[in-house]
Amino acid sequence: MTEEIIIAGFGGQGVLSMGKILAYSGLMQGQEVSWMPSYGPEMRGGTSNVTVVISDERISSPILTDYDTAIILNQQSMDKFESMVKPGGILIYDPNGITRVPKRKDISIYKIEGTKGAAELGNSKTFNMVVLGGYLKIKPIVKMENVMEGLKKSLPARHHKLLPLNEKAIKHGLTIVEEVQKA
Amino acid sequence: MDKELRLMKGNEAIAEAAIRCGTDAYFGYPITPQSEVIEYLMSEKPHERTGMVVLQAESEVAAINMVYGAAGAGRKVMTSSSSPGVSLKQEGISYIAGAELPALIVNVVRGGPGLGTIQPGQGDYFQSVKGGGHGDYKLIVLAPASVQEMYDFVKLSFELGFKYRNPVLIQTDGVIGQMMEKVELGPQEVLRTPEEIEKECPWGTTGKKPNRERNIITSLELDAYKMEKFNLKLIEKYKKIQENEVRFEKIECDDAEYVIIAYGSSARIAQKAIKIARAKGIKVGLLRPITLFPFPIKQIRELIPQVKGFLSVEMSAGQMVEDIRLAVNGERPVEHFGRMGGVIPAAEEIVTALEQKLIGG
Amino acid sequence: MAEIKLEDIIKEENLVYKKSEVMTDNTLHYCPGCGHGTAHRLIAEVIEEMGIQGETIGVTPVGCSVLMYNYLDIDMQEAAHGRAPAVATALKRTMPNKYVFTYQGDGDLAAIGTAETIHACNRGENIAIFFINNGIYGMTGGQMAPTTLPGMKSSTSPYGRIAEMMGGPIKMTELVAQLDGTHYVTRQAVHTPRHVRKAKKAVRQAFENQTLKKGVSFVEIVSNCNSGWKLPPVEANKWLVENMLPFYELGDIKLNGELVNK
Repeated sequence: MTEEIIIAGFGGQGVLSMGKILAYSGLMQGQEVSWMPSYGPEMRGGTSNVTVVISDERISSPILTDYDTAIILNQQSMDKFESMVKPGGILIYDPNGITRVPKRKDISIYKIEGTKGAAELGNSKTFNMVVLGGYLKIKPIVKMENVMEGLKKSLPARHHKLLPLNEKAIKHGLTIVEEVQKA
Repeated sequence: MDKELRLMKGNEAIAEAAIRCGTDAYFGYPITPQSEVIEYLMSEKPHERTGMVVLQAESEVAAINMVYGAAGAGRKVMTSSSSPGVSLKQEGISYIAGAELPALIVNVVRGGPGLGTIQPGQGDYFQSVKGGGHGDYKLIVLAPASVQEMYDFVKLSFELGFKYRNPVLIQTDGVIGQMMEKVELGPQEVLRTPEEIEKECPWGTTGKKPNRERNIITSLELDAYKMEKFNLKLIEKYKKIQENEVRFEKIECDDAEYVIIAYGSSARIAQKAIKIARAKGIKVGLLRPITLFPFPIKQIRELIPQVKGFLSVEMSAGQMVEDIRLAVNGERPVEHFGRMGGVIPAAEEIVTALEQKLIGG
Repeated sequence: MAEIKLEDIIKEENLVYKKSEVMTDNTLHYCPGCGHGTAHRLIAEVIEEMGIQGETIGVTPVGCSVLMYNYLDIDMQEAAHGRAPAVATALKRTMPNKYVFTYQGDGDLAAIGTAETIHACNRGENIAIFFINNGIYGMTGGQMAPTTLPGMKSSTSPYGRIAEMMGGPIKMTELVAQLDGTHYVTRQAVHTPRHVRKAKKAVRQAFENQTLKKGVSFVEIVSNCNSGWKLPPVEANKWLVENMLPFYELGDIKLNGELVNK
């Protein structure tokens, strides 16, 4: 199994930390992982993205030009990454702020109201965990217990009191993700 | 779990490795994309963890000369920087090589020349392996291709540095420095005691004891014949390093008709390219130099009978390719594919380059 | 008249002066009359008298005193031009109980090494800095130094230093005294026995201060360069008194971390 994911959105949406938690979850269950942040021209305009690879094998390139899954959280990222999803791959997006919905027919598309979901939980900062929950519903590549371990490892100890809230957010995400189209 | 595993950035792995392997001192100056090294070190309070000295110097020039000072006293000492900063350090590196001191310099390379870009590059190959500063000298140059190697090569650098009394440079880039991967951490080693250092480094300026002559750390020799004798001694040392310390990795070379030669992050992307090419029926392998000096000349030559050509893949205008051509000595075509300016080559581009430059040509 | 025998004179009880044990037997390469030899001797004597030969590490500059390590029987490092304070910083930081000093000329300390000097002083490194100021580049053959006086001729200011064109001389000692990291800052000279004795006290103070861990001790020694100044030794010392000392005023500038009011 190798899962190649791009998570892309605005800086401040928790894109990098979502990727880190996912990578740590893979690590907790003994897989190979890589996490490569946007680092370069794509950082202009306040966008932020991270490529995460989780695999049973040694990972070759941490930098990719096509992805099994794209998690897209703003319009710029939709414009850039929709075409880079592998045929038969998955695109998940938050419709908040999306003015042009994905058009491709050869990929599976899911929608998650992450912004709304986080607001329902009363904490907008849980946004990225809600989206992570949505992703895990569609691709349960890491077990929930490992996600919680990953979360614990990623958060500094002083933030461990927030673990239950984050768990709640992930679980909320599991329930609100919707299928738009099947490849 | 016996193993201590952590998800870390390459730059953080360098810093954690420094603390764990008992480094005595780090001197540095912030520069993107490697500032995480000194940030991580400071946040870990190594002065409490092990007694390691960490100091932010006023410049890269001061930092490398601090390295010279501590190295002269037999300390395990290091600095890190990125391309423009490493250019500034060249004077000090030349002095360290000239005084035959062990020291570690980490270069998280970015695109150049000049202020260039903060994005990754491999355009400092010549600077790293051909000397860099003035005079006839060489550094041992290690090129990690994973965060684990970033971690492991810190300890290895000190082992090689002290074995040969020679500065060691880790040449990595923004990709390996900024990415996170799984790292298996080694045990925490304690700093050597002053007595242990004196025993291990009887040449160090630790204070003249009555039972020995004074120790002088210098690279100055005004007598031309004596200086030439010293130059010859250095050449002998570099020969020994070439004979004994070549490190490399071969991937899918057994049946390869073409071989890509790439190091560091380029080698990671090249691995992906090999998968794509092999799916298309092209028999291609990868030779990854781990030591850029000493360069795996023999290992490249051993591949000549079986291959039709070599492709050097570098994030540069073509630097390592010159060393490959020297090794191959005209017996096979050697081509170069590179991206520059901070652009990272795509795996597909490498396959296309292979097809156009070697196979289709 | 009874014959005077040499062996009757050379006796321990008649000894009025001897070379410090911390000086080696190597012949100094300095020009006759140069102040470097005296300054070396003072440092050697203080190290010997304090009994810290095995605890002292010196850092030499690039300049006339680059070969100082040939003359002092202690562990020494030869630094790149201007970088001695950085080298000394690392030595002291990794060996905080040792005595560490730099010995630097004006070009080394006040031109190419300005950043290293200022920042080592600003960090308050517990080292001693000995600054030999003779207002000229001696080793390279008499070029203008940052401390060359206005109107003073050198091979790169052949019609005299013109401040409007070349900048005026820099008073590094007054400059570093302003920094919180300096504990003891003084300017001395070695052109007469009286000044040599005073300078020695300053050198001793600079070494003793290292145990206080209160920052840099900075001792400037105004010296001559009869080759560079193109004067015989006695004339050079006269020139020093008449020209250097009015500009580079002798005395303590900072004591126990407090600026001295003049």
